[in-house]
Amino acid sequence: MTKRQLLMKRYIFPVALAFSLIVGSVSANAAEGGGLLHAGTNVQDQASLQRGARLFFNYCVGCHSLKYMRYSRIAQDLGLSEQEVMQNLNFTGARFDDPVISHMPAELATKWFGKAPPDLSLEVSAKTADWVYTYLNSFYLDPHSPIGWNNTVLPNAAMPFPLWELQGLQTAQMKPAKVGEDPAVEKLVLSQPGKLTPAQFQQATRDLTNFLEYASEPAALERHHYGIWVLLFLAFFTLLAAMLKKEYWKDVH
Amino acid sequence: MANVFTNIGDWVTERAPGMMPMYRAHMTEYYAPKNFNLWYYFGSLALLVLVNQIVTGIFLTMNYNPSAAGAFDSVQYIMRDVEWGWLIRYMHSTGASLFFVVVFLHMFRGIMYGSYKRPRELVWLLGMLIFLVLMAEAFMGYVLPWGNMSFWGAKVIVSLFGTIPVIGSTLVEWIMGDFLPADATLNRFFALHVIALPIVLLLLVVLHIAALHEVGSNNPDGVEIKKGPKGNRWDALKPSDGIPFHPYYTVKDLVGVGFFLLIAAFIIFFAPTFGGWFLEHDNSIMANNLVTPAEIKPVWYFTPFYAIVRMIPSFAGTAVWGVLAMFGAIAVLFLLPWFDRGKVKSIRYRGTGYKVALGLFVLSFFGLGAVGAGITAEVIPEWFGNVDLTTYENAFGRLMTLIYFGFFAFLWAYTHFGWEKTKPVPERVTTHD
Repeated sequence: MTKRQLLMKRYIFPVALAFSLIVGSVSANAAEGGGLLHAGTNVQDQASLQRGARLFFNYCVGCHSLKYMRYSRIAQDLGLSEQEVMQNLNFTGARFDDPVISHMPAELATKWFGKAPPDLSLEVSAKTADWVYTYLNSFYLDPHSPIGWNNTVLPNAAMPFPLWELQGLQTAQMKPAKVGEDPAVEKLVLSQPGKLTPAQFQQATRDLTNFLEYASEPAALERHHYGIWVLLFLAFFTLLAAMLKKEYWKDVH
Repeated sequence: MANVFTNIGDWVTERAPGMMPMYRAHMTEYYAPKNFNLWYYFGSLALLVLVNQIVTGIFLTMNYNPSAAGAFDSVQYIMRDVEWGWLIRYMHSTGASLFFVVVFLHMFRGIMYGSYKRPRELVWLLGMLIFLVLMAEAFMGYVLPWGNMSFWGAKVIVSLFGTIPVIGSTLVEWIMGDFLPADATLNRFFALHVIALPIVLLLLVVLHIAALHEVGSNNPDGVEIKKGPKGNRWDALKPSDGIPFHPYYTVKDLVGVGFFLLIAAFIIFFAPTFGGWFLEHDNSIMANNLVTPAEIKPVWYFTPFYAIVRMIPSFAGTAVWGVLAMFGAIAVLFLLPWFDRGKVKSIRYRGTGYKVALGLFVLSFFGLGAVGAGITAEVIPEWFGNVDLTTYENAFGRLMTLIYFGFFAFLWAYTHFGWEKTKPVPERVTTHD
């Protein structure tokens, strides 16, 4: 065996194997929860985050809180001024440093919907961005549901669909009924168009999902920013260490 | 300036004459074999991760609230409001998983090159104790964020003790201090995680290294350098194939540290949840004793052992057998030096039977991990269509369990009855950088 082959065998192969295992396991897990749409979010896209925030504060905060998210932090991370946030996003009279708390009383909400609307601070962490995005695109009119709405991702969800005027009304086309089986949804059809085209609505829900993804982990913005520099430093450090090692080991025979 | 340092050095030496000899014995005059390969990085890396866990752990403790009411919120407080809190927490959570990565590789190295064999049995036993304490430490730490998977994981794992006949249910209550994981459980796990177990861990690590330095390090050839020719550049009486640990291996380990930190930093900054393997989705929901996660499973590093519990059926009216088998899976590792009667240490010079058996053993470990992590439950319907999942999964999982324990039985028979055809072991180490 030549020295180079030996090197290949002893170092490069195991390292390559370890990397392929790491990458393989990450991508294998990314496919979890089959049947979900691809959210395609990007928390680095500040404009998308701003549009998502606007949607959240217009359509969601009536029922859902973001109890771990402060208005001031949103302003800072989304490149908005205090004035912009207080005028355009804060409709509850909260102070700038307060967390985003919905005014819906939990007791009444339970009476109205059967359960209190959950806090959405960690929704994307708990369910994944793909799940939230698919959920927002999967509401349909259901005359059998007590609230008139249903959802293919979360059947019998207690939530009515607040974005209906944007998307329009979807109805379900059922699969041919089989004896002894519950009726199942074949696909959803847009039976009445909304204010937005389907493509525009997908973008809007992508923005909203993106904002919730940011809310799940505001540190993601910093992580990516510092990560590059840390890796560059470590690569340089490792190179120096390798050179130092080579120098020291010159006299080992 | 140099003069000042010399003076300080002399001042200390005069008052503590044993310090410099000890430093020399363990660093500059500890002669390690010169042929260490890639596998020999993981010991120093485990030490690095241990230091990381202690340092980041101290900072987490400053902001964490050990109570059922406040724990979950305080983790989010660390993630959002504490300066650099997110980095400290990700270093700790990634460190926990990487701890097991390096420890598993370190243990595999020991098995592969026969480092557990005479005269290093004590080193191996102390190492296994470290592994055992590390598992307890990791389990308690996993409960502290008080997410829903923390809660249900704790409930399932503690309930394992409930299978012990007669005292089981009382024991479970005694461990938890309640009928369910609750405030009392969280408080005692916090105490054990941040002080009791780390102290034990540190003591065991010191003993592990001290025991190693008594007998000297093994190497990829499994050659005892102390029995080989004497005399090297530094000392006429020390092994010819040995080189001083410092600076040769300190500087070499530094390269390993660099590579390791590159991987660790990549995870910390770009994939801290590691696709749900290091930080699980269900742990973003606060502990709730009324809502069970869709699938309760332990973190990845416990999955092989957890699978064994699941694969052993209960009989004679008790489910204790699965729990016994799980502890047995660790007990047989403790006893490895006595199962293996072979004189040849390194895989390089051992029989084909050993190589095949070790390969199968590794395979069974991954196979059991796949069962414990719920991968088989996903893959079986995909590959075989609409079949009875439990039958298929049990068949696979039990085969893997059999192979896991079979490795030790085979190893004993293979070496005890002299079936192994070994190759001649060289007098001196064969390769080095």
